[in-house]
Amino acid sequence: MTKKVSAGDLIKKLFTEKIIYVVLLALIIVIICIEPRFLSIINFSNILAQSSTRIIIALGAGMVLMVRGCDLSTGRMIGLAAVISASLLQDVDYAYRMYQNLPSLPIIVPLLLVIALCALLGTISGTCVAKLKVPPIIATLAMQLVLYGASSIYFDREPYGAQPIGGIKESLTKLCTRGVKIGSFRLPYLTIIAILVIVFMWILWNKTKFGKYMYAVGGNPDAAQVSGVNVSKILIATYALAAVMYAVAAVLEVGRIGSASNTTGNSYEMDAIASCVVGGVSMSGGIGTVGGIVTGVLIFTVINYGLSFIGVNMYWQYIVKGLIILLAVVVDMRKFAKRK
Amino acid sequence: MANEYILEMKNITKEFPGVKALDDVTLKVRPATVHSLMGENGAGKSTLMNCLFGIYSLNGGEIILDGQKVAFESPAEALRNHVSMVHQELNQVLDRNIMENIWLGRFPMKGIFVDHQKMYAETKKIFEQLDIHVDPRVMTGSLQVADRQMIEIAKAVSYDAKVIVMDEPTSSLTEDEVEHLFRIIEMLKKRGVSIIYISHKMEEIMQISDEVTIMRDGRWVATEPVSNLDTNKIIRLMVGRELTERYPKRTTVPGETYMKVEHLSSAVPKFIDVNFELRKGEILGVAGLVGAGRTELLETLFGIRTKGEGRILVEGREVDNSTPEKAMKNGFAMLTEERRHNGIFADLSIAFNTTIANLDPYLKGGLLRNSLIKEKVDKTISDLRIKTPGSKEKIGNLSGGNQQKVILGRWLLTNPEVLLLDEPTRGIDVGAKYEIYQLMNQLAAEGKCVIMVSSEMPELLGVCDRILVMSNGRQAGIFEAAEATQVAIMEASAKYVSAGGVGV
Repeated sequence: MTKKVSAGDLIKKLFTEKIIYVVLLALIIVIICIEPRFLSIINFSNILAQSSTRIIIALGAGMVLMVRGCDLSTGRMIGLAAVISASLLQDVDYAYRMYQNLPSLPIIVPLLLVIALCALLGTISGTCVAKLKVPPIIATLAMQLVLYGASSIYFDREPYGAQPIGGIKESLTKLCTRGVKIGSFRLPYLTIIAILVIVFMWILWNKTKFGKYMYAVGGNPDAAQVSGVNVSKILIATYALAAVMYAVAAVLEVGRIGSASNTTGNSYEMDAIASCVVGGVSMSGGIGTVGGIVTGVLIFTVINYGLSFIGVNMYWQYIVKGLIILLAVVVDMRKFAKRK
Repeated sequence: MANEYILEMKNITKEFPGVKALDDVTLKVRPATVHSLMGENGAGKSTLMNCLFGIYSLNGGEIILDGQKVAFESPAEALRNHVSMVHQELNQVLDRNIMENIWLGRFPMKGIFVDHQKMYAETKKIFEQLDIHVDPRVMTGSLQVADRQMIEIAKAVSYDAKVIVMDEPTSSLTEDEVEHLFRIIEMLKKRGVSIIYISHKMEEIMQISDEVTIMRDGRWVATEPVSNLDTNKIIRLMVGRELTERYPKRTTVPGETYMKVEHLSSAVPKFIDVNFELRKGEILGVAGLVGAGRTELLETLFGIRTKGEGRILVEGREVDNSTPEKAMKNGFAMLTEERRHNGIFADLSIAFNTTIANLDPYLKGGLLRNSLIKEKVDKTISDLRIKTPGSKEKIGNLSGGNQQKVILGRWLLTNPEVLLLDEPTRGIDVGAKYEIYQLMNQLAAEGKCVIMVSSEMPELLGVCDRILVMSNGRQAGIFEAAEATQVAIMEASAKYVSAGGVGV
């Protein structure tokens, strides 16, 4: 099917539905004008590295948005998974080990452990939403508080108290900070992992029954039920799978940062939700693509990185981010209002 | 200067895209009378009232209130001009008390504070006039429906209403409550208020009305003083059309009994004790008024609604249809009444909407194959003659008839043995209707069972083998379509209407 689009229509669309991209592009151009050195290969590589874990997190949070939810526990769940995995991944020679007699574990063991834990936690959130009919924001807000408490208790205890859990073994930190050299360009290993996750999620969303059911539940839960979809099951599985994404991201964050504390992951959900919305996921559910979310994260990271690069202070960055989120949702809601 | 009529709606015409919902309808209401408005479902009564209250704009005609031409923009504006409506479904703030509901938006003030004492006194005064014995300070949500309705009437009185529209006010009232309502109506008449009374209940109409206006198919049919009418005459005027619409010829003869429903009732009391058998290749119609429990019956058969008592048997074995998922495994499929609410995924493609109920055929090595999906969807589009630029088009962009065909296509791809259709032709054009009838015939010819709920009696008589009539949650009879008449079905529909709901 081909549609003829006149130039007028295109411009109108650019300044209504697509205004968010116009604004963001303008912002990036401003950044480049102020500091042309922003356009360098090293920055490109850095942006990719910074985007990688965010993409994994946003894909998880995006699934929850897709089924008309909103996961506020994202950041704290990453925090809990981070402190637990960090405590199990400390180098045997490190002086301040949480578990002095723990043998050196292969990365996969703590990874699977936090994946299982987060899947369980996600299942609990999902069950509250699907079976107990708790509004998603409340269910995940409660989960957020509980998880912060739990990770703080785990983290802040004898003998070392509230000290960041450091001394992460080199195999993990190298994986999360280095990359493959391609000429003068360095492709971060993290990005390779992110690409694998993107491929996995794309297949899941587009090529499996689960993915189609997720769109159905998000698009119209009543119609989904009538069409024979087990709506509760899909909701619970969605929350659980999102949590698995957080667990994977948490271990990678531990490696990237080199330590973990109870503030690790704080407010990551806000960046994730913002990226999803900028990437075209509808807050009313049922609309969104893997590609859109990845684009959203990249745009957001470029803005973030760019603003820091030209020396805009943190506080102003918050204001800019807030306005971008607001604009994205206003555009989304206008689209929605028009459909009615 | 007194006018002969307090309210005149003259030559009202209202068109929706492709449908003339009202065609030159006139309604004239005399002061201090009860004027009943009657007609089958879909005759245009609600549309007419929506035009009065400014919910719809007019395409033609004019409205004159007390000698003045008016065109209200909203129900709120109508209310300020002393025209009020008591809805079938009450719109109240349940978490606030009664008097706040009555005075909402125009609280009596003392400086910048709400004057609760004055509000209480005023409310009490109106309640005394209307013989309502409820404390104005009680939470609205704690009241029975009947009392909440009285509150709504009191609210109309507080606005000094000259015309009050009551839409099926007795549908959920007990006999005593109906009597109380009628006493209030008499009191209102004495105060000079006119009532437009919409109801399907013949006895009430005969008892309470001064005049009756009857509508059919969006047209005015008659306005008569009630003394000139009797129940039979009203029914004749309401349905009195010839079977001019064409229905495709049926040639198949139903085979052996396929399914059986015994003493079926819903868990939430909406209908009780429904019994019928269905043979292979048979089309069973379900008739009845709005609220008779027809949709609920179908929803219970398909597991959308929880079953109470009773059994559903397929080929002699009891089946568990407690969820749509299970019902589908037992060979059932259901086209729901509210297409937008629980039929279509408006923002998703035709391909998605067609295949979502049965994705298994397109799996290969655990993954869905687009080529297989496209093949099946394209075939469905051409088989059902769905008008669309392609399978990727959003279903929300299609016309109602084509959306309906897509959903029918969705269910046909699940290879059902029993097809439940709830108002399958509502809101779609004549051509698409005919195609849907043909499809039903074709399915019957293949030995499938079809159950169709419809509010259009000619359709039921023209398409079905037998017609089950529901009345107020009870089964009022099963008719052979060949021998049934509209009058007989109408009478059966009204059989238990005065008997009180099954829930009470």
